[in-house]
Amino acid sequence: MLNSSLKQLSALLAQKEISSVELTCEFLKRIKALNPNYNAFITINEEMSLAQARNADAIIASGDAHPLTGIPIAQKDIFCTKGWLTTCGSKMLSNFISPYDAGVIEHFNKIGAVNIGKTNMDEFAMGSSNETSFYGPVKNPWNIATVPGGSSGGSACAVAARMAPAATGTDTGGSIRQPAALCGVSGIKPTYGLVSRYGMIAFASSLDQGGPIAKSAADLALMLNVMVGFDPRDSTTLQREKEDYTHDLGKPLDGLRIGLPREYFVKEMSDDVARAVEAAITEYRKLGAKTVEISLPNTKLSIPVYYVLAPAEASSNLSRFDGVRYGYRAPKYTDLNDMYQKSRAQGFGAEVKRRILIGTYVLSHGYYDAYYIQAQKLRRLIAQDFIEAFKQCDIIMGPTSPTTAFSLGEKSNDPLRMYLSDAYTIATNLAGLPGMSIPAGFGNEGKPVGLHIIGNYFSEAQMLNVAYQYQQVMDWHAQMPFTQ
Amino acid sequence: MQWEIVVGLEVHTQLSTKSKIFSGASTIFGALPNAQACLIDIGFPGVLPVLNRDAVERAIKFGLAVGATINPVSIFARKNYFYPDLPKGYQISQYELPVVQGGSIKIQAGHYGSEHNKNIRLTRAHLEEDAGKSLHEDFDSVTGIDFNRAGTPLLEIVSEPDMRSSSEAIAFAKTLHSLVRWIGICDGNMQEGSFRCDANVSIRRLGENTLGTRREIKNLNSFRFLQQAIDYEAQWQIDTLESGGKIQQATVLFDSSKRETRVMRNKENAQDYRYFPDPDLLPLEISQKWIEQINNSMPELPMQRSCRFMAHDTTSYADALREQFGTKPETNPDILIKQSCHMATVNDIHKIYALSAYDAAMLTADITTADYFEEVVKIVGNTHAKLCANWVVGEIITRLNQESKIIVVSLISAQQLAGLLLRIVDGTISGKTAKDVLNDMWNSMDGVTADAIIETKNLKQVSSKEEIERIIDEIFFTNPRQVSDYRNGKVKAFNFFFGQVMKATTGKANPAQVKKILAEKLIA
Repeated sequence: MLNSSLKQLSALLAQKEISSVELTCEFLKRIKALNPNYNAFITINEEMSLAQARNADAIIASGDAHPLTGIPIAQKDIFCTKGWLTTCGSKMLSNFISPYDAGVIEHFNKIGAVNIGKTNMDEFAMGSSNETSFYGPVKNPWNIATVPGGSSGGSACAVAARMAPAATGTDTGGSIRQPAALCGVSGIKPTYGLVSRYGMIAFASSLDQGGPIAKSAADLALMLNVMVGFDPRDSTTLQREKEDYTHDLGKPLDGLRIGLPREYFVKEMSDDVARAVEAAITEYRKLGAKTVEISLPNTKLSIPVYYVLAPAEASSNLSRFDGVRYGYRAPKYTDLNDMYQKSRAQGFGAEVKRRILIGTYVLSHGYYDAYYIQAQKLRRLIAQDFIEAFKQCDIIMGPTSPTTAFSLGEKSNDPLRMYLSDAYTIATNLAGLPGMSIPAGFGNEGKPVGLHIIGNYFSEAQMLNVAYQYQQVMDWHAQMPFTQ
Repeated sequence: MQWEIVVGLEVHTQLSTKSKIFSGASTIFGALPNAQACLIDIGFPGVLPVLNRDAVERAIKFGLAVGATINPVSIFARKNYFYPDLPKGYQISQYELPVVQGGSIKIQAGHYGSEHNKNIRLTRAHLEEDAGKSLHEDFDSVTGIDFNRAGTPLLEIVSEPDMRSSSEAIAFAKTLHSLVRWIGICDGNMQEGSFRCDANVSIRRLGENTLGTRREIKNLNSFRFLQQAIDYEAQWQIDTLESGGKIQQATVLFDSSKRETRVMRNKENAQDYRYFPDPDLLPLEISQKWIEQINNSMPELPMQRSCRFMAHDTTSYADALREQFGTKPETNPDILIKQSCHMATVNDIHKIYALSAYDAAMLTADITTADYFEEVVKIVGNTHAKLCANWVVGEIITRLNQESKIIVVSLISAQQLAGLLLRIVDGTISGKTAKDVLNDMWNSMDGVTADAIIETKNLKQVSSKEEIERIIDEIFFTNPRQVSDYRNGKVKAFNFFFGQVMKATTGKANPAQVKKILAEKLIA
C-alpha cells in the first residue's frame, strides 16, 4: 500500500477495501516510526487528521467522492491551515496558529482530502537544503547523512520515505523540483498564476508558486487538478477554464521536439548526474522524441538576477513579522525600536536575515536603479530566451540539480555555493514557466538524480504526459529507499 | 527685505467607499476598536490585497473634475517603514505612475471685493491605503492600536508650489474640499480625519525664481490650523534667514496649543522608503470606455454651474465656459453646454439666471446649496432668480452661518422659502414683512408654510386700489394745509402722506401701490 498510486488508493477507498480512517492511521503510524529519524514533519495532529478522515469516510459512503477524497496529503508548513500551527519553518511563527485556511488548503478540504501533517521546510522557504529550518534539518531518506534539498525538503522526504502518498510544496527558485530530484520523487511547479498564493506565506511574491510533490506524474496530475484554480483573493491568479491534467496522459511522444540547452550541459554538472540525464534522453529518443540543441544565452544571469529580486521582495514581505500582532516577540525590550530589533534578531535565522539585508540594500535609495531595475530588465531577457527557444522545441530537458544530494553541513556556511544548487531551476521562476523534476536513476553512492522538464506556459498537461510516458518504461520513480 | 512665501499642499482625502481599498472590511467611522479590521487589514501571514474598483472610480472622477490625465496604466508600489499601526510594514501607495496626473483648480483668494482668481496646478493624485491608529492616552503605560482605519482608501492630491500666502493655501484647500464633496468622492469630515493637509512651505526673496528650502508641516486637520501653521512657519523662516541662519529641509509638526512648529525629522534622518512595485497587485489598467462611463455620470461641476448662474443667455454662457475651460472657440455652444452639464436635460441648459459673481460664488460653494437655490427658483420662476438668490444668500446662508450649520440641515426647506417668496412676488406681503414671516418659520421648525403664518397673523398687504384711495382721501381731508403746500412746490410733503398711509394701514399697505396712487391724487 505504501507504494500505491493515488488512483489505486482511491480505488481501495471507493471499493471500501479500506477506510480513510484506516489509511490515515497507517500513515500516521509510519510517520511516528520514521519522523524522529527524518524530521520531515513539524506538526502532526492525529485528532484533526482523523476527524477529517471520518468526514471523508462519510463523503465516500454518500457516493460524492472525488478521486482524492480520504487520501492523506502532507502540507508544507508554508500554507496557513486553520487551527494548525503554521510556522513556515521559523521561530518567528513558532506560536502561530492560523485562524484561516490558504486557498490551496481550502481546495483539499473541499474534496475531503486528509491533512496528514505539516512538513518541515527551510525557514520562510529560503534555502536549498532544509538546513535553515528552525525545527532542524530534514534528512534525505536515501542517505541520512545528506540533505533532502529545499525548501520543500520535508514534503519531498515525506513522499520519498512513503510517510505520505503525496504532498504540497512551493517553488520560488526550485524549492519543489530540487528536493524532488534529491529525494527521488516527482514534483511540478506550474505556470505562475495557476495556483492561488492566498494563505501561502510569501517569500518572493512574483516568483512563489505552489505545486505538488508525489511519486509519479500520474499522481501529480491528480494533485494539480485539485490545486489549480482562479482565486479572487489573489490578484495574480489567472482566470482560465478548468483543465483536467490527466487528459494528455498516454498520448504518444512521436515527433516531440526536446530542446537541450547547450548552457545546461556544462562542467558544473557532475559526471554522475550527466550520465543519468543523458541516459534518460536516450530513453526519450526510443519513445519517438527528437532532440534539438538550443541556446538560452542569459542562463548565467539567472542566479544574480534572482538574488536581487527575490531578497528585495522578501525584505518587504517579511516586514510584517514585527512582534506586534502575532508571532514571536522578544521577552525583554526597552522601547519600540528595541522590541522590533530584538524580536526580529531572535525570531529570524541567519539565512533569512542575510536575504532581508540584501533585499533592503538593493531597494535602498541610490542602489535601486543599479540593482533592482537592472535585474527586472534582465528578467525580461531571460524570459525572452525561453520564448525564442520554444520556437524550436516543444519541451526543454536538462538536469534539475548540478549534483546529487550533498552532505549535511557541506554548504551551509557557504551561501554562494548553496545558491548554485538552484542554477538550473531559477530561470523558470523568473520567466513564470512551468518546471518539473522526475527521478532519472541514481548517481554515485546510490543517490537519486532528477531530470528537469521545462514546458511552455500552460503546457502542464503535456509535460505530465512526457513524464508519464517515461515512467511507463522506466521504474526509477517506483523505487523506494530502505527506511529506518 | 521683501519675502515671498511659497506653499504647496498635499491633501489626503478619504474616499467614501463602502469597503476598504484592498479588503472587504467596512469603512464606517466610529466602530469599536478593531471591529472593522479583517485579516488583510491586520497584515496576517499569507493574506493578499485585492483592489477595490470603487476607489479607482472615485480617483477617476477627481481626475476628470480637475482636467487631469487619467493614466491608462498606473502602478501600486510599496512604501516600506516600520510602525506599529502599519500592519504589513509597508503602505501600498502609488509612486512612479499615479492614477491621476496634472490638472488644475481655480481658486478665488483674498477678501470680498479685492479677491483675485488664480489657477493652482496639480502635480498628481494617487491612491493609497490609510494606516491604523496608535492610541497612546487610553492605556496605562502601553500603546493600543486600532486597525479600523487601516486600509481605508485615500486619494493623496499633490499641488505644485503655486500658492503665495496662507490665504491662497486656505482658498485652495477650501475649493478642493468643496470639490471632493461636490463630486461625491469624500465626505469631507475634517473632525473624523477624512480631509487632512500637509503643507510644504518655503520662502524666497521677492523676484527670485528658484525655490527656497522647504519644510513640510504634517497632518493639519482644520483650515484654521492650516492658516496658523503656514503663517507661523513662514515667519519663522523669515526670522531665521534674516538673523543669518539657514533653513534645513525637514518635516515638522504644528503644535496648535503653543502655535508653533517643531521638527519631527530632518534630512539626515529622513526615511528611505525603498519604494518598489507591489508584486501582489497587477498594474492598474483603466480603459477609455471606463473613463467615458464615469464621465457620463459626472455632475455639473461648481465652476460650470457658476458660469451658468451668471450667464445672461446661451451665448454668454458658452463664452464663459470657453474662457473657463479653454475649449476651442469653434465648438458649437449647444454641444459645449451639453458637455458641461452631462446630467442636464435640454431644458436645464436654459436655466440661466444672470446672477452676480458674488451670488454665483456663494451659491456654488457646495452642491447642496446650489441644488437648494435651483429648487427655490424652479418654484418661484426664472424671472425672479435674483430675488431667490438674495434670499438664499442673504437670509438662509447668513442664518446658517450664524448657527454654524450647513444647508442640508436648513431649518427651512426650499419649498417653504419658495412659498414665502411667491407672496412677495404677487404683492401679498412686503419684503420687510417677509423677513418677519421667515423668522417665524425658522423658529417653528415644523415646516409651517408662509401662507399659514400670513393668514394667522393677518399680515396680508392692503393692495386694493379702492381701499388705499379711501384712506388717502381721509388723510387729505384732515390735512388740507399739507396738500396745498405740496401743490405749491413743497415736494417733501409726499413723504409725510406716505408715512400717514402706512401708519393708517399698520404697514400692511403695498408701498409701491401707495406711492403710485398718492402721486396720481396729489397731481389731480
